[in-house]
Amino acid sequence: MSREKTLRTTIDADSLRSELRDNSVRVIDVRREEDYKQSHIPNAANLPLANLLADDSPDKVLKTAQSFGIDDETPVVVYDDTFGALASRVAWTLQYIGHEDVSLLDVTYGQWKSLGLENDTKIPSFGKKDHSLNLHPDILATADYLEKAKEKENVILVDNRERLNYLEQHIPGAINIPYRTLASADKILRPKDELKRLLQNRNVKSDAEVITYCGSVGTLSGLAYYALKSVDHPNVKLYVRSFKEWKNLNRPIVKQENADYWDLSAE
Amino acid sequence: MTATNLKQSTEYVKPKMNWAKLEESENFANTVKLYRQGKIDPDNFRRFRLQHGAYGTRMTDDYAMVRIKIPAGEIYPNQLERIAHLSEAFSIGNAHVSTRQNIQLHWVVLEDVSEIMRGLAEVGLTSREACGNTVRNVMCSPLAGVCSEEAFDATPYAFATARFLLRNPMNQNLPRKFKFNFTCCEKHGMARITDVGLIPQTRDLDGKTQRGFKVFLGGGLGNKSFVGHQLEDFTPEEDILYTSIAVLRIFDRLGNRKNMARNRMRYLVDEMGWENFQNLVLKERMVVRATQSVIVKLEVDNTPKEIKRPIRITDTDGRSPPDGYSRWLKTTTFKQKQARFRAVFLTLESGDMTANQLRSLAKICSEFSAEGFARNGFSQDIVLRWVAEDDLPRLYSRLLEVGLANPGSLTMASPVGCSGTTSCNLALTNSHRLAKEIQRKFLELNLDEDQTLHDATIKISGCPNSCGQHEIATIGFYGGGGRVGKDMYPVYQLSLGGRADGEAMLGVNCLRVPAKRIIPIILKIIELFKKNKKQDDTLASWIHRIVKGNENSEIKSVNDFKKILEPLTIPPTKEQDKDFYADYGSDSSYHTKTGKGECAA
Ligand code: SF4
Repeated sequence: MSREKTLRTTIDADSLRSELRDNSVRVIDVRREEDYKQSHIPNAANLPLANLLADDSPDKVLKTAQSFGIDDETPVVVYDDTFGALASRVAWTLQYIGHEDVSLLDVTYGQWKSLGLENDTKIPSFGKKDHSLNLHPDILATADYLEKAKEKENVILVDNRERLNYLEQHIPGAINIPYRTLASADKILRPKDELKRLLQNRNVKSDAEVITYCGSVGTLSGLAYYALKSVDHPNVKLYVRSFKEWKNLNRPIVKQENADYWDLSAE
Repeated sequence: MTATNLKQSTEYVKPKMNWAKLEESENFANTVKLYRQGKIDPDNFRRFRLQHGAYGTRMTDDYAMVRIKIPAGEIYPNQLERIAHLSEAFSIGNAHVSTRQNIQLHWVVLEDVSEIMRGLAEVGLTSREACGNTVRNVMCSPLAGVCSEEAFDATPYAFATARFLLRNPMNQNLPRKFKFNFTCCEKHGMARITDVGLIPQTRDLDGKTQRGFKVFLGGGLGNKSFVGHQLEDFTPEEDILYTSIAVLRIFDRLGNRKNMARNRMRYLVDEMGWENFQNLVLKERMVVRATQSVIVKLEVDNTPKEIKRPIRITDTDGRSPPDGYSRWLKTTTFKQKQARFRAVFLTLESGDMTANQLRSLAKICSEFSAEGFARNGFSQDIVLRWVAEDDLPRLYSRLLEVGLANPGSLTMASPVGCSGTTSCNLALTNSHRLAKEIQRKFLELNLDEDQTLHDATIKISGCPNSCGQHEIATIGFYGGGGRVGKDMYPVYQLSLGGRADGEAMLGVNCLRVPAKRIIPIILKIIELFKKNKKQDDTLASWIHRIVKGNENSEIKSVNDFKKILEPLTIPPTKEQDKDFYADYGSDSSYHTKTGKGECAA
């Protein structure tokens, strides 16, 4: 999707602050309502991830976006306090219904606060705006799609769960890049050159189609989706129902046999 | 109680040494690519990989274990935090503290090893020469500098030796791996069961005190184990490097490069006879002394360590310490020679720590240790030294919050277990989990508090190789497979009476014990001890008398033990007890499965 290339995947705190001053951006806080009420980035709307997941049908998401005063052109920035994974899932959903200009704040709310940046308890209200519905099936992978696609050459399936979970069971052919690999110490995503090097080492070619998945609702793999987008991977899809659905559908699963790796855990 | 909260600086103490070379990371990444493309043959790649500290992993070519060397065991807070991060990003979110002051990251994708190397290099750490036919991590007693029995602190000598040998061409292609252990005193360390073991000592020379070492050569554990020989009465400090070079040169020249099973230096000593070997070393040392340029000198940095931390950071608010404090105090802390300071040995399970525990430990050691860093020890443990006694209750509370306050680290209740079937290609049993099971049972029974068990040890290896050091344990085990008809079950060979101190000896084989009977057997041994012990006996001293044939109670020999214990080891049928036929950590029937070994390679 060449038109996406010009759009940013993340935005840094300073740029967001200046856009906030210009009132040219809609910010969405995806933390729980009680956390949001305690304090949030000024003028941010609250869309707890759980609310989105309760009904993430395109119609419902569209209505929510409109109620936040988002039209087709409004730049949207999403943040969370969960290393960017929840924000990614919401951002991806907005892109899926056809909103082009969505990015992730490149720090978490916790980091935002510890940087001493402005926050507020005031709950803003927004005038409703119109938004068109223009689904992007090309960023979504379903179980059926995945089943066929993974047999193809130049399709790479990436499991973003932690290593032990992956070793225990995963979709045949998937490689494992744990979500913790993606962040740096102070940003939700590593610098581009580092991500590029990591992907190169793992033989994730830049012209490959990449499908990401994680445990259940596509949060950790949502972050991986944006990590790949940030280094301009043209063709990334999120298997949004992820491993939970795959298992429920009784699709094939493989495991690393003959080793008791769980017993290396101190938990 | 008044608050004496001195202001804590959030600055971490910086590592003294930089062991890293950043280029090695990129070189490793490129070499992995060439190997995957088939441009490097597997044997050459394997040698290269091991030289850079990456082991193979059980039943797969896709993963490696990265062994991070912690020379002399000194590990700094920023390094702990970095290892925490690397474990989450590229490993299993846990790190493993080994018996040789390494920290290991398991189940790393081979293609990610270079990223770990890079991350380590940024904080001054390396995995270089942690495996392969090289001089492995140079160890030093975690009590060096604080032990009341020591002649002087050996740490600077361990550092200097490590620095001289790391990446030194003379150490890249030895017949086999080679190990140096520095200790503080006769009691705390393993000078006699390693290739070169060194214990500090002093002597008076013309009214001046001269520093030197007792140097032990040719000891070691393995399929065949030996206790090292002392080279001479006194090896002055200026001869340490010459001696080390001499020994390495002899080993390089004469060591067995053909027979894998007999290529450690101890076999060379055994074949030549000690006196011949000793003469050769002394002669070679003269040659080395005469031919090495003056620049080759052990660069010992003896500047005293800065102990700059507040003596007291405690504010207990008059509250009494949480439950379990006195038990923890009694079984995990060691009184330093410096009054009012203790060394705290953190109780881990088989040396495993989560990433979050590593992060907490970084903060805790920076806050509580007056030297501002931690050490790892010889028993899969981490030691916080220079903790002011007044701060111990609060330290305990902090450790409690992060699950690091278990009692028993300095007692028999903390068994050592090698990695076994959790990751090792040669493993026959899950020794790693077994050690954890024994530990949990011992703590449940409060056996860590039993003074008569304090100096006994339990050590477990998952196969006849001795990574778990079972041969120096009071009660040692190594894994194998047992069989009833077609059905296999995990079994361990029990050995008794091993020790690594001044009276070092290897344990004596007793009998084979099914994995699921090990805990009852150990408890039975303790019961027999209680029944037959003399007034001042400890379990270790009692067993020592038995293996030496000097006991006159009901049990006079290892054979008597065997007779009493044997009935407990009889296998039930599979119908009677299915669990008996499964190893710990597994619910399916046991079968042995091994791949190509590197622990033994
Ligand atoms: S080789 Fe044997 S003793 Fe060494 S780690 Fe593997 S199982 Fe344990």
